[in-house]
Amino acid sequence: MDLILDIKNLTMNFGGLKALDGVNLHIRQGEIAALIGPNGAGKTTLFNCLTGIYAPSSGDILLYQPGAKPKRLNGLKINTITSLGVARTFQNIRLFGGMTVLENVMIGRHARSKSGILGAIFRPPATRVEEKAIVDKSYAILEYIDLAPYVNELAKNLPYGAQRRLEIARALATEPRLLLLDEPAAGMNPQETRELEGLLVRLQADHELSILLIEHDMKLVMNLARNIFVLDYGEEIARGTPLEIRHNPAVIKAYLGEEADAEIG
Amino acid sequence: MKYAPELKRSATIALWLILLTFPIMVIQVNTIENIVVWRWMNIAGVGTVAFVLSFLWQIYQHRKTESPLPVSAHLPAFQRLLADPKLYRPMLIFIAAFALVFPFTASHYQINIMSTALIYIMLGLGLNIEVGLAGLLDLGYVAFYAVGAYSYALLNYHFGLGFWTLLPAGALLAAFFGILVGFPVLRLRGDYLAIVTLAFAEILRLVLENWNALSFGPSGISNIPRPGLFGIELTLEQSAVYMYFLLIALCLLTIFVIYRLQHSRIGRAWVALREDELACQAMGIDKTRAKLTAFALGATWAGMAGVLFAAKTTFINPASFTFMESAMILAIVVLGGMGSIVGVIIAALAIILLPEYLRVLGDYRMLLFGAALIGMMVFRPRGLITPSSRTYVFQPSEHQERT
Ligand SMILES: Nc1ncnc2c1ncn2[C@@H]1O[C@H](COP(=O)(O)OP(=O)(O)OP(=O)(O)O)[C@@H](O)[C@H]1O
Ligand SMILES: [Mg+2]
Repeated sequence: MDLILDIKNLTMNFGGLKALDGVNLHIRQGEIAALIGPNGAGKTTLFNCLTGIYAPSSGDILLYQPGAKPKRLNGLKINTITSLGVARTFQNIRLFGGMTVLENVMIGRHARSKSGILGAIFRPPATRVEEKAIVDKSYAILEYIDLAPYVNELAKNLPYGAQRRLEIARALATEPRLLLLDEPAAGMNPQETRELEGLLVRLQADHELSILLIEHDMKLVMNLARNIFVLDYGEEIARGTPLEIRHNPAVIKAYLGEEADAEIG
Repeated sequence: MKYAPELKRSATIALWLILLTFPIMVIQVNTIENIVVWRWMNIAGVGTVAFVLSFLWQIYQHRKTESPLPVSAHLPAFQRLLADPKLYRPMLIFIAAFALVFPFTASHYQINIMSTALIYIMLGLGLNIEVGLAGLLDLGYVAFYAVGAYSYALLNYHFGLGFWTLLPAGALLAAFFGILVGFPVLRLRGDYLAIVTLAFAEILRLVLENWNALSFGPSGISNIPRPGLFGIELTLEQSAVYMYFLLIALCLLTIFVIYRLQHSRIGRAWVALREDELACQAMGIDKTRAKLTAFALGATWAGMAGVLFAAKTTFINPASFTFMESAMILAIVVLGGMGSIVGVIIAALAIILLPEYLRVLGDYRMLLFGAALIGMMVFRPRGLITPSSRTYVFQPSEHQERT
C-alpha cells in the first residue's frame, strides 16, 4: 500500500529539552495507526509539528498527495496544512464555545469554500449556493456523527463525550485525507468509547481516511490500529502490530516505570 | 474578593499607561512664556479610564469563558421583542416614521446632535467588527476616523475635490491605513494589541498637531464645504436637514453591509478567531488575513464617518481625535453588547444623546459614564443585547447518504 505520511528523523527542541528526538513514523493510505507512550513522551508535540503549530528543529515531514510530488510540511502555516488535507482534534478540547454546534462544523468548511467580502455583501447566486452547501454538508456530518439532536446548542453546553465527537465532526468538515486524533476517548465512559470505536471504523471504511490516533486506552488502540508507534522521552522505542507491541519488553518497561496501573493488553 | 486578580491586573495596566503617556499627557511646554506646564489632573483621567476599561474588558473575558447561559433561555423581554416579527415590525415602522418626521419638527440644534449620534452609530458599528466580532481590542480606532476627516479636508483644500468623490476616497484611505497599521500590530494579542493601537493613534494625533505644513497644526482646517446637492444653494438649516438624511441613508447602508458581513463565511471566521485563535487556524482559516480584513473593514467605516464629520462641522482640528473619542466608541460597543448591531445602535444613541439632553449634569458626565458602565457590567455583563446565535434551515431527510 502507498504511504500518505512519512516522518523522517523529526526532532523538536524546547530550549534544552528534546521533546522529540529523531522520530521516524509512517502511515499508509487508508490505515489506522496509533501513537502511544507515557505522559510527556512527546505525542502531542508530534501532532503540533505535523500541523504547523511548531516548526520542527530538524527532520522531514512528507505528505504524499495523489498524482503529485510529496509535500514537505515543515514550517508551513497551520491553515495551509489544513487545506492540504490534514485535520486534527485537540487533547484539551478547543471548540468555539460561544458558537452553535452547527456553526462549529461550518467553520470547518472554510478551507473548502471561497466567497469573499464582496460575495458576503452582495450575496450573488454563487455565494448563496455555496452558503447553502456549507449548511447542508455540515448538517450531514452532524447526522453522521450522531450529533444532529444538538445542532443549535452552543458548543460549550454539550456533554463532554459529545464535545469530543464535535471536535471530530469539525475536523471532518475540512475534508481531510489524514485525520489526527489526540486522545479522542479521554474522559469518555466505556459506552461512549465503544461508540467512538465504531465511528472510527466506519469513518475509515466510508472515506478511505487515514487516521493517526493518540490514545491511552489500550483496548481501543489494540482493537483499531494496524500499526502502533511507541514514544518515550521523545524517542521511538518500538513499533509494530498490536501483538508485537503487547509483548515488547521495552514498552512494558516504559509503561510500568511510568505508571504502575497502565495495562498493556 | 471575587475579582481581585482582575483588579490587580487593571491597576498594573493603568499604571503602565500613566507612565507611558506621561510625557504626552502631563508635560506641556508653553513656548510662548517659556514655561513647562504640569497637567497633573490628566494622570487621574488616563488612570481612571484605563483602569475602568481594562477591568471591564477582563470581566467580559472572564464571563465569556464561564458564563453558563444556554442558547435561548434567559432572553430578556426586550430581546424577545426583537425576535418576534409581529412585535418588531410595527416598532420599525414607528422608528422609520419618527426618523422621517424628526428633522421637520425638531430645532436646528436637535437635528445637529441627532446627526452626531448617527455618526457615532457608524463608528460603533465599524469598531464592532474589530472588537465585537473579531475580538481585536483596538483602543486607537479614532486614528481611522481622523484619517477620513483629514482626507476630506486636505484633498478638498489642495485639489478642490468634492464630497462625493472624497467620501469613498476617505473610506479607502482609512482602510489602507488600517492595513498599514495592521501588519505590524496584529501579531500582538489582547492587552498588548490594545496598548499598541492606542500608541499609534496618539502618534497620528501628535503628527497632525505638529506637522503644520501638512495639517495646519492645532489650529486645524476650517471652511470645509458641506456636501452639495446638485449644485443647489442650501441655507444652514436646510443643509443640516440634508446632512441628517444623508447620515440616515449611510447608517442604513452600514447596517446592511455589516449585517451581511456578520452572517457570512467571513463573519463566522471572525467569530471563530475571537473564540479560539489556534483552533480557528486549524480549521483552515488564515489568521493574518482574517485579522487584516476585520481591521481594514472596521477602518473603512471610521474613514467614512470621518469624512461625514468634517463635512458636518466644516472645521476639524486634532483635538477632535483624542483617546477620549476611542474610549467613547469602545464604550458604545461594550455597552451595546459585543457583536450586536441593535445593541450598538441603542448604546450610541444613549451615550451621545443622553448627556446632551441632561446638560445639567454636564460636568458629571464622565462620572455618570463610568458608573453606568460598571452598573451595566454588573447587571448585564454581556451588554444591552446579547448577540443571539443564528439558527439555520436545512433538510435532514435528503441527506441520508453518508458524507
Ligand atoms: N511549548 C512547549 N514549550 C516547552 N516545552 C514543551 C512545550 N510543549 C511541550 N513541551 C514539553 O515536551 C514534552 C512532551 O510533551 P507532550 O505534550 O508532547 O507530551 P504527550 O506525549 O502529549 O503527553 P500526554 O500523554 O500527557 O498528553 C513535555 O515534557 C512537555 O513539557
Ligand atoms: Mg498530549
